[in-house]
Amino acid sequence: MTTSTKVLRYQLRDVLRSRVIASYGGFFLLSTLALVQLGGGLERALPSLANLTLLAVPLVSLLVTVVFLSHGRAFTEVLLSQPVGRGELLLGLYLGLAVPLVGLFVAGTGIPLLVSGGPAGLLGPSLLLLVAGSMLTATFTALGFAVAYTFDDAAKSLAAALGLWLGLTVLYDGAVLLASQQLAAYPLEKPMLAAMVLNPVDLARVVMLMAVDASVLLGYTGAVFQDFFGGIWGITIALTSLGIWVAVPYLVALRRFRRMDL
Amino acid sequence: MTDVRPLRDLGEHPVWIRMVGISKRFGPRRVLSDVDVCFRPGRITAVLGPNGAGKTTLLKMILGLVRPDSGAITVGETPVGADPEYRKDLGYMPQLPRFPQHLTGRELAAMLDDVRGFDDEPDGSLIEAFGLEGELDKPFRTLSGGTRQKLNAALALRYGAGVIVLDEPTAGLDPVASRVLKERVRREKERGCTVLLTSHDLAQLQEVADDVVFLLDGSVRFEGEITDLLAATGQPDLEGAIAWLILAETPSDPAGTGGTPCGPSIAPGGEVAR
Repeated sequence: MTTSTKVLRYQLRDVLRSRVIASYGGFFLLSTLALVQLGGGLERALPSLANLTLLAVPLVSLLVTVVFLSHGRAFTEVLLSQPVGRGELLLGLYLGLAVPLVGLFVAGTGIPLLVSGGPAGLLGPSLLLLVAGSMLTATFTALGFAVAYTFDDAAKSLAAALGLWLGLTVLYDGAVLLASQQLAAYPLEKPMLAAMVLNPVDLARVVMLMAVDASVLLGYTGAVFQDFFGGIWGITIALTSLGIWVAVPYLVALRRFRRMDL
Repeated sequence: MTDVRPLRDLGEHPVWIRMVGISKRFGPRRVLSDVDVCFRPGRITAVLGPNGAGKTTLLKMILGLVRPDSGAITVGETPVGADPEYRKDLGYMPQLPRFPQHLTGRELAAMLDDVRGFDDEPDGSLIEAFGLEGELDKPFRTLSGGTRQKLNAALALRYGAGVIVLDEPTAGLDPVASRVLKERVRREKERGCTVLLTSHDLAQLQEVADDVVFLLDGSVRFEGEITDLLAATGQPDLEGAIAWLILAETPSDPAGTGGTPCGPSIAPGGEVAR
């Protein structure tokens, strides 16, 4: 067993015993159940659920990671004073957070969805929602690591995390819309595509909603994207870009972690 | 202390620690400048200095937790840097024990055994000596400060390491536990271990330590045996000697005695002339 999996194993135990994390799964379980049962069927629940996921997953993943890392700094110190390399340790720490967060999201959203989604013929869209939500979790956990290792103190990294969330979920779309209005006279498809790839939340939104026919909720960049690619191609491209969005912040975090003084 | 089980004898393989030309800045603050120091096996070395003198930074560099801006550190034959394997022979007791909140003492011990890939029977005698057995199944967050510190010490001394680094080990320990730990540290030394420690309790240090490294403003002002330090400064105890060293630094009239203090002088380089 590698050092990373050893670290992962013990950290999983620690993380899963924390109530904050467990209630994250509970939150998705309850809201999915409520949306499916009370919202008039799965077909109408899926878009709302997608929107909820797009807001809650980035926020919780970022905050949990930043808070956990600021508490866990001294523990990182203990592990690094063992014969453990920094790269292996970071991988263990990262998976130790990303795996339970993804797991709780998938369980909380997936169980009620799949139970009611199978028969209704919406298995595909349900699965895509889960996949995109998981990728989003992985991305924002990695972003949380990058933020936490960039700022030394907990308050600063918390503020930066909140700013990042607000920027990527709310402000970004507004800014894009504003820009598109101002520049309405120009051909904007290509810049809009670029704008979408530069925001993981936009990417996840496209994956989640392209499968459901809910173009209204796609947002400006998403609508352009659907026009441009559509179907399987679009989903593949969006998921690949999301994968890059996991890797890049992780590598930034790794770079900082290797040089960090504890 | 009744515990008399033998500890792993280091015999032919004592571990020297050498630090050469070590400098470190944290932002604008110069924490260590061009420090050369050596820690000998089979001795207990106290690293002393006022708050912010760079003691913890120095210790953390040996563990690879803090990277020096310049200079080289070797532990035994191994340069500290890329390969973490040398830390198999290191036991570290950090100043503030903060382990994962929801894990129990037993799980923490198992985790460290696991992460270290320690195949032998780990040494649980300190757990016994501290009477920790009953606390091992409680989550870490529910333990009192003293119990945490005991666990911290027991984990650091669990692997019969060749180098043991203790940062403020007796802070928060009751007198009984403190004695148990002191006794244990002496036995570590007898088996050839290189022991480094810091503490604010100078009387206690004088009792335990053989050598002193005194840091002030980021450089080493004295390195040598305690007895030499006492002789050089003409002071009866460690506390007096350290106070003398600090006062000798200040350009104004030290201790109001008029003129230079009697006894040995401080050379321009900061070394005490012997």
